[in-house]
Amino acid sequence: MKYFLQRIAFYLFTAWAAITLNFFIPRLVPGDPVQSLIAKFRGQLSSEAINSLYVLFGLDDDRSLWSQYIDYWGQLFRGDLGLSFTFFPAPVSQVIGDALPWTILLVGVTTIISFLLGTSLGVVAGWRRGSWADGLLPVTTFFSSVPYFWLGIIAIYLLAGPDSFFPSSGGFDSGLIPAWDQYFIPSAIQHSLLPALTILISSVSGWILSMRNMMVTVSSEDYITVAHAKGLSERRVAVGYAARNALLPNVSGFALSLGFIVGGTLLVEIVFSYPGLGFILLQALGAKDYPLMQGIFLIITISVLVANLLADVAYMLLDPRTRKEG
Amino acid sequence: MEPVLEIRNLNVDYGLGDKAVHAVRDVNLTLHRGEVLGLAGESGSGKSTLAYGLTRLLAPPGVITGGEVVYHPERSPAYDVLRLTDNELRAFRWAETAIVFQGAMNSLNPVHKISTQLTDVLRAHEPKMSEHSRNARAREMLKVVGISPDRMEAYPHQLSGGMRQRVMIGMALILQPQVVIMDEPTTALDVVMQRQILGQLIELRERLGFSVIFITHDLSLLVEFSNRIAIMYGGRIVEEAPASTIYRDALHPYSKGLLGSFPALRGPRRELAGIPGSPPDLAGMPSGCSFHPRCPKAFDPCSANIPVLGRPGTPDGSVRSVACWLHPVPAGEE
Repeated sequence: MKYFLQRIAFYLFTAWAAITLNFFIPRLVPGDPVQSLIAKFRGQLSSEAINSLYVLFGLDDDRSLWSQYIDYWGQLFRGDLGLSFTFFPAPVSQVIGDALPWTILLVGVTTIISFLLGTSLGVVAGWRRGSWADGLLPVTTFFSSVPYFWLGIIAIYLLAGPDSFFPSSGGFDSGLIPAWDQYFIPSAIQHSLLPALTILISSVSGWILSMRNMMVTVSSEDYITVAHAKGLSERRVAVGYAARNALLPNVSGFALSLGFIVGGTLLVEIVFSYPGLGFILLQALGAKDYPLMQGIFLIITISVLVANLLADVAYMLLDPRTRKEG
Repeated sequence: MEPVLEIRNLNVDYGLGDKAVHAVRDVNLTLHRGEVLGLAGESGSGKSTLAYGLTRLLAPPGVITGGEVVYHPERSPAYDVLRLTDNELRAFRWAETAIVFQGAMNSLNPVHKISTQLTDVLRAHEPKMSEHSRNARAREMLKVVGISPDRMEAYPHQLSGGMRQRVMIGMALILQPQVVIMDEPTTALDVVMQRQILGQLIELRERLGFSVIFITHDLSLLVEFSNRIAIMYGGRIVEEAPASTIYRDALHPYSKGLLGSFPALRGPRRELAGIPGSPPDLAGMPSGCSFHPRCPKAFDPCSANIPVLGRPGTPDGSVRSVACWLHPVPAGEE
């Protein structure tokens, strides 16, 4: 428990450092981002918006950096991340809130499926090495080294088209309004199939390879031989002894990949014009939309930290050696 | 004496075809009920391979290429372990022949509690046993090997090396096997712990009556703790005799070399002599007796013909055998 609290304290500190950096970086950007934005949006920004931009960027001269910093934290806790320019006048929190579910559903679900599928296949491939399962290896090595955006482009080229079942872009039919109804949900699923398949194929191979290699390593441990010598069933040895130990590095890898769900599959979303966070980030970069970028970076930072914390918790549950009494 | 395990012409190879390495060749060895049989030799002499071979635990590319391992249960007819089906083999393992391995530190699964690892043997072999009696049996075994039963819920990393090896010995005895194979069980432990554990083991053997095959490179240990000693070199047994006979009057120059490499506790001081050279490469064995390139007494027939293990024509007629041209087997005997 003490260890756990130490970890939490560490993550709180890291989060504080990341958020503080997020506050200072725009203030270190040479020139005045607000002026260039006003020039870009001439006549479209209200004076209130301009003022709030100044507050956000910390460019309202009459206040010290310290009180700006306090204000910035106050805004964060109210969920106020400023206004987006690209989607003006929508606030950043709303833009991110709209995009986040798409990314989490698409990438989150595929990451979980990919992990479960890849790990189970890896267990089989590692346990039955020297059999047909080894035939899987060249294929997985090939797919794990193919960049997934390239796979996405190939998938669009081969499978998508005007007459095809697979749409080539977007998250749903343009004629539909997002709602939980029988028209929208099937359309959303249909649109997510191709990007999901792309992510799945390219990421499942990594899980298979790493799990298989860990299984092979663990299989030569003494306690596996002991388990065989004890006359335990093959299944018990493979699952309770070999896979249970081989799983540990994969679990921390899995938790980390959950952290990268938010930012990691940017390229797939770009290739498929999928309305997720990665696609929004691309637009924000193109438009020099600092508040939006800041907001997205904040979300990515927090999700990576939360994932790390999850990895620690999972490790503590799975590996008694990391648990410390007291 | 009644045999409990008979190894007949056992051959074990690593690899297949022409490139196979013969790690164990034509080994014949009998373990009698209630005795401690020591198996000694340098690293690479095939002693561990022999142990893995007779329990069919060889990891690929190890293959048993021939021979029989006949097991004599207490009340039912004998059978060949090498011919058991997978299910029969699983039932045979641990219930009849348990093993304590050399890696005291790594023999326990790090992610399961001691209690889980003790009781899963019972769960596999005696499925009808109740949860409660399984736990009671596991606690009893810990007590037998001198570990407080409240360590049941500990994880392996919370125990010292000596305690872990004791847990392993307790685990090996939990199904009351007839044969316990000890593959260098104390090499990873310090000398004090080594003696403690061995003393305890001998005591348990007298109480429970199992037989032990004790594998080690430390001949001095065997002289003290075993009834009979078999010495292996290059995958073959080169000499086999009662422990005291080997100690007083080893016939094979290799056994003499091993005995000369540790000091005696009592008696006159003498110069310690090692065995010059290094163990043979199993992939390119010398012709004839595999020890002849290192043997101080090698003569003409040694490099030409392999000596047969047999009873030498000794005057006192003790039960012993040796494979050496210095002590040829009298014609007509083997």
